[in-house]
Amino acid sequence: MTFDAILEKITARFPGVTFTKGETKPDPFIALPKEKIVDVVKYLNELGFESLHCISGVDYPKTNTTEVVYHVASFQHRTTVCLKVILPRGDGQSIPTLCGLYRGANWLEREVFDMNGVTFEGHPDMRRILCPEDWVGYPLKKDYVTPDFYKGMPVPLYFADQGEAGDPGQPSPAGGGH
Amino acid sequence: MSASDNLVLTTVDDVVNWGRVNSLWPLTFGLACCAIEMMATGAADYDLERFGCGVFRATPRQADLMIVAGTVTLKMATRIRTLYEQMPDPKWVISMGSCSNKGGPYWHEGYHVLKGVDRIIPVDIYVPGCPPRPETLLEAVMLLQKKIRVQQNNAKAFEFVRGVPA
Repeated sequence: MTFDAILEKITARFPGVTFTKGETKPDPFIALPKEKIVDVVKYLNELGFESLHCISGVDYPKTNTTEVVYHVASFQHRTTVCLKVILPRGDGQSIPTLCGLYRGANWLEREVFDMNGVTFEGHPDMRRILCPEDWVGYPLKKDYVTPDFYKGMPVPLYFADQGEAGDPGQPSPAGGGH
Repeated sequence: MSASDNLVLTTVDDVVNWGRVNSLWPLTFGLACCAIEMMATGAADYDLERFGCGVFRATPRQADLMIVAGTVTLKMATRIRTLYEQMPDPKWVISMGSCSNKGGPYWHEGYHVLKGVDRIIPVDIYVPGCPPRPETLLEAVMLLQKKIRVQQNNAKAFEFVRGVPA
């Protein structure tokens, strides 16, 4: 099953929904509105796409968008299809969860939440997965600023015109350090 | 304190140090790829047990030596500090590999990595390498044993046992 055939089937199945074809190589994608992501993936599952390979979050400050990228694969058709939901950039975006369709989506979605701050509606356990639970900010956002201290430990190697952080001879600027 | 007492105390130092040098029990504690090399060092090919250092203990309460083998993330750093404080004195630390020495490849951009484990616990031996070869870790253990062998702080403990005020 080719990419165009998949796109044709989806378009025929969901009339009235805007599907945008992205001609990027080697991995063309289908962009769709976030309300339809569960229905479309469910339909793909019925077509034989039984494996959810990956969910990623990407931050694009230039176009002012945040993209959530789904790779859904089929072993019987020997192909992968890439779906994208393009959200406006900012804080507190949300998108429906796929946990009801693929159990593996649970941790993938938690990772996207941890790194990009996109919340998944209906997710059974929407917590951070890699960073500590009291971490502030979402590290894969392009405007993320590394904190100077975490629990009193200096994070950067050098502070600007302060000498080496954590050097016993240098008092820590925020009173943390050792 | 007379000269003969000094002679006895020096000897006790030597005996105690001899015991410590030959029964360094490390904590079972691996953080990243350096831990693979540490396991190889402990296994039959390199055989850390030849130096009395192969009894990896599963609890910090029975360990003398902490080999920090791998990347110290900020999330892990608080746990490392707790484990170090749970180890009984005397205790030693080997910082194994570039990551735990100075942050390694994450030294500049890593928002989540502690830039050197010596920011939270004192380190005796730094082992360079990414990861260090097992021979390098063996040499670090031998260096640490050299360091322990000349330690001279056991006299006070001996005086306490005899009831002699320090």
